[in-house]
Amino acid sequence: MELARHWRLRNARYRLEGSQHRQHGQIVFPPREGRDWQPFPLSGKGTVLTYSEIHQAPLGHEGEVPYLVAMIELAEGPRVTAQLTDCDAAEVHIGMAVEMVTRLLGDTGVDGLLLYGYKFRPEL
Amino acid sequence: MGAVYVANALGAALGIQSDVAPAVAAALGMTGVETLSIDAGGAAGGLAVRQAMLAVAAGAHEAVLVVGVEKVSDVLDERRESALALTTDTDWEAAHGVTLTAQWAMLMRRYMHEYAVAAADFAPFPVNAHANAVPNKAALYRFAISADKLKSAGMIAAPLGLLDCSTVADGAAAVVITAHPDAQAGRRVRIVASTVASDVVALHDRADLLDLQGVRTGFARALAQANISRDAIDVADMSDPHGIAAVLSLEAMGYAARGTGVMLGQTGAITPSGSIPLALSGGCKARGDVMGALGVYQVVEMTAQLRGTAPTQVPGARVALTQCMSGIGNSVVTHILQGEE
Repeated sequence: MELARHWRLRNARYRLEGSQHRQHGQIVFPPREGRDWQPFPLSGKGTVLTYSEIHQAPLGHEGEVPYLVAMIELAEGPRVTAQLTDCDAAEVHIGMAVEMVTRLLGDTGVDGLLLYGYKFRPEL
Repeated sequence: MGAVYVANALGAALGIQSDVAPAVAAALGMTGVETLSIDAGGAAGGLAVRQAMLAVAAGAHEAVLVVGVEKVSDVLDERRESALALTTDTDWEAAHGVTLTAQWAMLMRRYMHEYAVAAADFAPFPVNAHANAVPNKAALYRFAISADKLKSAGMIAAPLGLLDCSTVADGAAAVVITAHPDAQAGRRVRIVASTVASDVVALHDRADLLDLQGVRTGFARALAQANISRDAIDVADMSDPHGIAAVLSLEAMGYAARGTGVMLGQTGAITPSGSIPLALSGGCKARGDVMGALGVYQVVEMTAQLRGTAPTQVPGARVALTQCMSGIGNSVVTHILQGEE
């Protein structure tokens, strides 16, 4: 992942900031650009819609296997795909309540810059 | 031959070679000919066939050579997974370590949850694919597997185990698309329908997770173009890297009601003697998942079915369906082919 690309998405990645439509009130994530939309801070609470445990990883995640990824339905409605953390596969189930935490997502490779973003853990 | 169209999904994504079409043309001694490289993931082969058909239909060329080619065995697993994950929404899916296989796995898990089926219920799909590949000299794995063996296989992306995951493989296939009246009389195969349909890239943004909208829409348009019903299709080949992919496609095409597509495996409907024979050359699982070349392989394989010369032949096959896709049905290309009477 490249630093500039990550930095442009920082409000979404660091604090799960979505957008709300100024007229209709619709809440979306990822955030949208344009004058009809204003930033909207999501609560970070949600439930697991589905999940998988990855054993064959892409570049940059080789050292993490096995790791859990999930699709989460946020309390405000939008869905988000992210890693699950602070739990193992045996604990996870569809419908499980989770909350967003900011964790290390990876690095920029040769530069060694660390990139942080949202993951989800079982709700405390 | 007025042009050479080449489908190749991973050359650029793997940093091996981009714009392969001129290289293919030069290797064939056709330097100077019009070339087009198409890199739309697993849909590339079908798109190349369609673009060639459109060029011939428009009168731009009398004939177009379509080549599908993939070369993935030069790189290690992690790089290949990363290249495949480029067909996910990279900022919001792949950036979190999600792979294409994990996406299918998440759909499978959701399907199992909603319809109370087990992972083992998907086993007839890879079992059928392997059985059909045995006589196919061009297949990657020419051996049968059992449902029991599937259960004990290691996980790739749970609940998808090794034996319900296609192997991305090297491969190449070619077809000539022409409208010339004298071409191959008696052996011709006619394209009676050709459609492309698209879907939202990020899975979490799809209103209905288990509805492959691109498959559904593209297939409905194809049936309308060909003016036939789905029951008229004798043989089919689809993007079927996992049982869940075939199941969701069969449901989207109306061969089974929602939640009942797995039954088509259990009843034997997908076998060569069934009502909708699939993966007759081994499918993505046993023939090999040739990615960008798939749509061209499918036309070659279905042409053999319609000529009655396929290694695993369905007797009397007259109408064939091919379907290939990028990602989880981001772009879906559907063709219906008909043999000569």
